[in-house]
Amino acid sequence: MEFIKSADVVVIGGGIVGTAVLRELSKYDLKCILVEKEPDLAMGTTKANSAILHAGFDAPTGSLKAITNVRGNKLYHELEQELDLDIKWTGSLVAATTDEEMKTLQELLERGKANGVEGLKILSREEVLEKEKNLTSVKGALWAPSAGVCWPFGAALAFARCAVQNGAEVIRDCRVLGFIKEDGRIAGVETSKGVIRTKYVVNAAGVYADEIAKLAGDESFTITPRKGEYILFDKTACSSLVFGVVFPTPTKKSKGILVCTTTHGNTFIGPNAQDMEDKDDHAVTAEGMNEIIASARKLIPNLPMGAAITEFSGLRAVSSTGDFIIGASAVAGLYNAAGMQSPGLTAAPAVAEMLAEAIVKDSGAQAKADFKAKLPKKHIFNRLNWDKQAELIKENSLYGRVICRCETITEAEIVEAIHESCGARTVDGVKRRTRAGMGRCQGGFCGPRVTQILARELNIPVPEVLKERADSHMFYEKNQAQGGEA
Amino acid sequence: MNQLYDVIIVGGGPAGLSAAYSAWENGAKKIIIIERDRELGGILQQCIHNGFGLHHFKEELTGPGYAHRCIELIKDKPEIEVLVDTMVLDVLRNKTVIAVSPAKGLLQLEGKTVILTMGCRERTRGAIRIPGERPAGVFTAGAAQRMVNMEGYLPGHKIVILGSGDIGLIMARRMSLEGCKVQAVLEICPFSNGLTRNIVQCLNDYDIPLHLSHTIVKIHGEGRVTGVTVSKVDEKMCPIPGTEFDIECDTVLLSVGLIPENELSRGLMLEMHPLTSGPVVDQHRQTSLPGFYAAGNVVHVHDLVDFVSEEAEIAGKFAALEAQGKLDKNMRTVKVNPIDGVRTCVPQKLSLPQGGEKAKLFMRVAAPQRKVRLEVKSGDTVLVSRMLPVAKPSEMIAVEIPAEKTALMGDEITVGLKQ
Repeated sequence: MEFIKSADVVVIGGGIVGTAVLRELSKYDLKCILVEKEPDLAMGTTKANSAILHAGFDAPTGSLKAITNVRGNKLYHELEQELDLDIKWTGSLVAATTDEEMKTLQELLERGKANGVEGLKILSREEVLEKEKNLTSVKGALWAPSAGVCWPFGAALAFARCAVQNGAEVIRDCRVLGFIKEDGRIAGVETSKGVIRTKYVVNAAGVYADEIAKLAGDESFTITPRKGEYILFDKTACSSLVFGVVFPTPTKKSKGILVCTTTHGNTFIGPNAQDMEDKDDHAVTAEGMNEIIASARKLIPNLPMGAAITEFSGLRAVSSTGDFIIGASAVAGLYNAAGMQSPGLTAAPAVAEMLAEAIVKDSGAQAKADFKAKLPKKHIFNRLNWDKQAELIKENSLYGRVICRCETITEAEIVEAIHESCGARTVDGVKRRTRAGMGRCQGGFCGPRVTQILARELNIPVPEVLKERADSHMFYEKNQAQGGEA
Repeated sequence: MNQLYDVIIVGGGPAGLSAAYSAWENGAKKIIIIERDRELGGILQQCIHNGFGLHHFKEELTGPGYAHRCIELIKDKPEIEVLVDTMVLDVLRNKTVIAVSPAKGLLQLEGKTVILTMGCRERTRGAIRIPGERPAGVFTAGAAQRMVNMEGYLPGHKIVILGSGDIGLIMARRMSLEGCKVQAVLEICPFSNGLTRNIVQCLNDYDIPLHLSHTIVKIHGEGRVTGVTVSKVDEKMCPIPGTEFDIECDTVLLSVGLIPENELSRGLMLEMHPLTSGPVVDQHRQTSLPGFYAAGNVVHVHDLVDFVSEEAEIAGKFAALEAQGKLDKNMRTVKVNPIDGVRTCVPQKLSLPQGGEKAKLFMRVAAPQRKVRLEVKSGDTVLVSRMLPVAKPSEMIAVEIPAEKTALMGDEITVGLKQ
């Protein structure tokens, strides 16, 4: 089923950057197609990171990281309402445990001011303990009120869905194999599903951005994956951990192993930082877990390890240039958004603005008069009061059937997640959209039921339902020849 | 107008069913069982093997057979109402229960008493932090059991089981009977945590190797599991470098412990016990909050459903008596302290009327032992003493204290092992 499609812009990569770019471009009269090699959006760095909307004091003043971080943070404040994003503006603390580290806080404060971050303040030990009672080993902290935590998958999905309602197209399971060039200029993209003729390409391919650029003839940078491992705790443990975002004082290599509570109320510790060769290695390691536990204990001596519910890792895309790579490549028609390590999540809407501006300028595209900025509000059953819940069940009885016990996710929400635009096709896709399976039993009860709902709604046999990637079958038909009586 | 129930029972597994029947027998006139699954019976419905009911029904039954007996006892009784496909969202301290179902919408029920019988859930991969990739094919044994026995699908074909708890052992046999190859059962402890009869009938009879003091140190596979790396562990249960070997498999089943499902209990701010992970109860199975009772695996994980029923009947009886205003209000509290090799004891306290009351204690020991004496003492006075030929953590020990002995108790008693 090879196709030939044509577009004005092809965005490669369905992570937070690619989807933000797609949405920004969908404001103009450009035909845009996003291609994603995985069966779902946001399956790379976007699904496994610290989910922090940084204030912007970390990056060197004047760097692309600093500029897009501060701008991106502002844009999320605007997008929150429009796209119904899940964000908690908790503010962040950088905790110092020694006099040496207190000095570093002063440097961060100065840099933050130079970067244009507002409201930064150094807090005393007492002021810190008032905010976070479990930080018993701190001397003081840098307080950044404009920081927050968001739900990165939800944000990427919202960007993509907003773009789709404005005419953009998202094609999943679609791997880029090469480029068609005419007169040294990009003229098309060859994919595993066929050819897309296009004038412009945005390379937002995460840890693979260097390989995509190379396919197009741009060898100006490389990307090294840097693994970060995380341990996530049950919601019930939050009160013995932290309520917001707590960093240790940073080192040269990373912002350090932090303690942070997500928008859904689960606290996590992590990430460590390990440079990798393999861009597909997502394994969590015993050494890595021990490292983050030991580091987190420096901030919170009494870690409730019995309440850990899952561990995972993500790969940061670290560029050879040391900064983000944003803008036109030497290859005509190719635009890069590469090396989007932290604060890439925060920067994404600002990066999207920069790239859209460049492409609009080059193409002469016009803004659409009828751009639909708002996404319809979704019902999240467990966040409603009893009256509202009762009303919803009257409208649709499937709201009355709780499938995921730990997170109180109803069948109606799961069915909606499958059928909405950019909908879920896999068990993990349902999990990321609805949180069914995200709780303390980790899908032990609801995994089989979600599998059956997917089979029913997608009209496929149960054994064809996948957990996530290709070949990740959940269940198999019974062996008729051997299956027998007990 | 909300109706007032004598007894509201949260959970329609064996504990909830036995509690309902006992409450009915003891005079409660308005009883309701709320069950989240599509039918009553709880986890018993997926336990299609036999071995249930020898104590309680004096005959050997399958899990669904045992559930059927319990369901027969409560059905067609106008005093007992049953809601299935109904999830309790919240229980308030004033005994209001909020529940939802597709058929009835959001329900708000008021009770004179509430019995918590939510059972338990399985410990997951995340809780024990197994390193490696995160492919499909890693299941808790119970989830796989439901798929095989109730839904009619296989979790995989070549299987490694981590943990030698009873569900793991039963699943080793079940998967073999389904034509799957069970490569090995791994146990991190130097002893099995399952019943001896299950080791014999589920592993030995099928030539399935049991590796004691071994654990999984890495799971391999991108889409689906392709294998595990296994390592021997030292006496602190830490992997010993250099002892690793790989086993090829497409499925990892976990039988690494059960956790009482007490989110509602915590919401009620009931006093919880750190070792049982269940609410602290007296011998009537009343929790720290008057009018709230708890029974079965939600209180402490049992190895035999027969004891679950026994415990639930006690809870049902006393909830019914309280609802009718027949519970003695004038009782003194005696603390039960497990010592010397006894890890946990339920009940954790006794509420004794004047003249005492018969009480039964359920204990688990910390480590396997042979030829030990179990002693229940108040101060230096030995109230009950019993010789145990073997005592294993996996097998619950029950001991009854006659009413006249409980009258002799001080403010606390101890239960301990003596060589």
